[in-house]
Formats: sequence, structure tokens, C-alpha cells
Amino acid sequence: MRQYLIRRFFVLLASLWVASVVIFTLVEGVPGDPASFMLGVNAAPDTLAALRTQMGLDQPLIWRYLHWAGGMLTGDFGQSFTYKVPVASLIAERLSVSLPLAVIALALSVALALPMGLFAASRRGRFSDGTVMAGTQLGIAVPNFWFAMLLVLLLAVHWQIFPAGGFPGWSHPLGALRALTLPAISLALPQAAILTRVLRSALIETLDQDYIRSARAKGLSRSRALTRHALRNALIPVLTILGLQFSFLLAGAIIIENVFYLPGLGRLIFQAITQRDLIVVESVVMVLVFAVIVVNFLTDLAYAAVDPRLRRRA
Amino acid sequence: MKFSLWIGALLSGGAVLAALISLVWTPYDVTALDIAHKLQSPSAAHWLGTDHFGRDIASMLMAGARTSLAVALVAVVIGAGLGVPLGLAAAAMRGRWIDELIMRANDLIFAFPALVIAILITATFGPSATNAIIAIGIFNIPVFARVARAGALSLWQLDYIRAAQVSGKGRARISAEHIAPNIANLLIVQGTIQFSLGILAEAGLSYVGLGAQPPTPSWGRMLAEAQTMVTIAPHVAIMPGLAIVLTVLGLNLLGDGLRDALDPRLKGRSA
Repeated sequence: MRQYLIRRFFVLLASLWVASVVIFTLVEGVPGDPASFMLGVNAAPDTLAALRTQMGLDQPLIWRYLHWAGGMLTGDFGQSFTYKVPVASLIAERLSVSLPLAVIALALSVALALPMGLFAASRRGRFSDGTVMAGTQLGIAVPNFWFAMLLVLLLAVHWQIFPAGGFPGWSHPLGALRALTLPAISLALPQAAILTRVLRSALIETLDQDYIRSARAKGLSRSRALTRHALRNALIPVLTILGLQFSFLLAGAIIIENVFYLPGLGRLIFQAITQRDLIVVESVVMVLVFAVIVVNFLTDLAYAAVDPRLRRRA
Repeated sequence: MKFSLWIGALLSGGAVLAALISLVWTPYDVTALDIAHKLQSPSAAHWLGTDHFGRDIASMLMAGARTSLAVALVAVVIGAGLGVPLGLAAAAMRGRWIDELIMRANDLIFAFPALVIAILITATFGPSATNAIIAIGIFNIPVFARVARAGALSLWQLDYIRAAQVSGKGRARISAEHIAPNIANLLIVQGTIQFSLGILAEAGLSYVGLGAQPPTPSWGRMLAEAQTMVTIAPHVAIMPGLAIVLTVLGLNLLGDGLRDALDPRLKGRSA
């Protein structure tokens, strides 16, 4: 077990390193001078040179990479060219919107999928199962940003229960939660649909096993066999999907934040692209990729916690 | 379930048909502006109404289907073209360093959601439909590699593959002649799923301005343009969304139906 963990940890470090190289080369290694782009075509040569020095563009590429990567290890992400503030504080500020949004959406999708998956599995083949499955097909097919627009139309414009966009800040906790409700629902719906389907088929697979029949034979009710025995064994595929979904949630959040004008990482990255604030672009992307890689690592650890067989085999 | 196969074929066939017809005919010219008739509700003249420039929404949806389907299809071809050989190679070299390298590289690509890849590419090369294709295609590679590897691994255990090995065929030749044809079913089903995911991804990318650029019609950008008018003319936002939902739904049902039809063991057990 310990060996497995150590190996996984080294894979994690290697992945982070390769990811940082890929991101850096893609953003900075291409032709084109960010300094001249920012100043426009009429910039005086000496102003341009000054900005290039300030941005470190006169240094070799390798050196700039080491500077960037080394800085990130110590929590120093550099200085944003357009906002003139440290990138780290910029990201931290935006994360205070994006992270709660992703967590609420994830929790919501689990809260929806768990009862629906259990319900559908326990009624396998019946009409109610078919209805739930048809609903999940629809949920998967709906683009979350379109669903968000429909939610706004109904719950913000027509009934005015929730705000249509914007974010009041966490100093108004209730208002902040209200502002995150519609974005979280629109993010959670497709994920909940996928999760329901995975949970249902995993449950049905375990329900066919002999030990479930034994449990039923010794007098356990159908629903107890389902929740006490089948659910635990169905958790492995569910965890896999949850881990994968986290990256979809992050990507989805980038779009959803733009629908609701939420000041999160997603809006930051688009603003940075239009302003060609490269250091912000590469740092935000690195943070997103870091989150995905770490979550996948944690998912692997969670397998071992849920399934003793995996612990012993490794 | 025969039912899902037929509904799926009908819906996705409809989208393909609309895209093909738009190559030679659309009810109106999709670039023709007609401000006098802007934001009209569906009528006999404009079946699905008009947008804020007075353009015919039905015509734009037909032309948009072309963009969506083309982007998603090419992305699937890229993903399968690179991913399947990689997956086959990994399975043929099971447990060796090549296998390990391919699978770890796969994991790494998985850490970059298609949207993030698109953002990176756009930040450097600017937005375009081509860049959207590349971004979605790159994301498809590890999916096909995994499916191909998993399918191939189980085949490598079978007697007839052993027999082929004994008869002197190399691993590459066995992969091409015996393994690939036998995992074609799996790949076709995965292809339909990735195709539908590609349409959703393309819509998302062009919605945030990272996909096809004007004047190329695109469902995602139609939604982005409709967003500011959603309160005064909801149909402008509802129609493109419905087009996306029906196409994606159709492809998913088609994929489910194909899987059940191609794999008798899975009959009646849709995931």
C-alpha cells in the first residue's frame, strides 16, 4: 500500500511538471511579442524595450520558465501586467467565487443523483425507471449555459426570485449564496444526470451478485440490501466519475461565470486573454490543471479507502 | 432497445440532413440583414422567427448545423486517428514502458479539459473553428486510446491471437489484422458519444467566442448573441438551444441503441 502511494505521488509530481512545461511553451513559446502587442504599433522603441525588460522578455525562455515555475512553488505567481497586482492575490480573490461555486454544484449533483440512482435501480425495468432514465438523457443533452439562460428567464426575469447576474461579495453572505444558486443549479444538472446513470448501472450490476441474494435470503428487505450492501460496492465507479466530473465542473464554471457575470477564475481568464496578460493566463490555467490532477490523485486514494481489496492488492 | 436506436437515428439523421441541404439551399440567405423585420416571432414567412438583425433563424440553424457537425466530426476523426493506434500499441506492449508512457500521457491530457486547451490555443493563435477542432480533437485522443486499449487487452488473451503469434505474425500486424476489426463495435459506439460531446463542446466554445468566427453561422454564437435579448424575444435563445439538445440527444440515443444492437450481452441494461 505504501509503495503504491509513493508511486502515485511521484506520478502526480511528474504530471504537474509536464503540465507546467506544456502550458508555458504554448503560451510563451510562440512567435509574437506581448510587449509590442500591449503597447500597440506606434510605441516608441525605448518604451518598448523598457517594457520588455520589465516583463523579463529579454531573458532566455528557459530562464523565464524557471523563474515562473520556481515562483509558483513559493506562492509567488508574478505580477499582472494589466492589473498591476500580484497574480497570486488576483487568483485567490477570484477563487473565493469559483471554488464555492464548484463545490456547491458538486454537492448538488450528488444530492440529486443519489436518490434518483437508488430509486431507478430499485425499480429496474419499470415505468418509473424508464422515466428517470429518459430525464437523464435529456439532462446530458442540455448545454449548461443554455439551461442557465432558461433559468434566468424563468427565475430571475419572470419570477424575480434570484438575481440574473453579478456577485455582491462574501461580506453579504446571503446575497452571495443567492447569486451562486442559479449558476450552481445549471452546472449541477448535466453532472447529476451522468452520475444518476452511472450509479444506477453500478447498483444493478451489484444487485445481480450472489451476496445480495444471500442478504435477501437471510431476511434483509430489498431497500436495506440496496442501501447497506449494494450502494457501498457501487461507489467505486461513482467515485471515478466524480473525480472526472470535477474537471468538467471547472471547465463548465468558466462558461457559466460568463453567463452570470460572476467575478471568478473563468471571467479572469477571458479578460486576461483579451488584454494579453500572459502571466495571468498561464497561471490561471496552471491552477485549474493543478486542481484536476490533485483531485484525480485524491480519487485514487479514495478508492483504497472505499475498497479494502484494492488496498491489499496494492 | 430498438426504440432508442430509431429515435436516435431519426434525430441525428435530421441534423445531418439539415446540414447537407444548407450546402445548396436555405430558406433565406444567412448573411442577409433585414432590420425592418428583426426579432419576429415564428410565422409562415419565417418558420422559427428572425433574430436581432432580421436574419431567418431557421436558415441560420441549418447552416449552423454544418459548423457544429463538421467541427465535432473532424475532432472525432483526429481523436480516433491518433488515439486508436496509441491504445492498440499500448495493449500490444502491455506492461512495458511504452504502455506506461502512453497511459500516463493520456492521464495528463485528461487533466486539460477541452475548454482549457481551447483557451490556451486561443490565447496564442486567436479564436477560430480550426482551433476549436484541434482543442476538442486533442481531448478525444485519450478517450479513444483508453477504449481501444481496454478492448484490445481482453482480445490478446484469446486463443486465436496466440495462434496468430505462433504462426509468426508480429504484434503490429496482429493489432491491425485481428484486434482492430474486433474492437470496431466499441469504437463506433464511443465515436457517437464523442461526436455528441463534441457538439456540446463546440457550442460552448463558440458561445464564449473561442469557436467559429462571424460570419460563419454557429449555434453557440447564436445563443451568445441572443442572451442580451432573451427577455424581449425568448424564441431567439430557445431555438438554437433546442437544435443543440435534439442533435445531442439523438446522437446519445443512437450510441445507446448501437451498443445494445452490437453487444447482445448488454441488452436492456443501458448505462
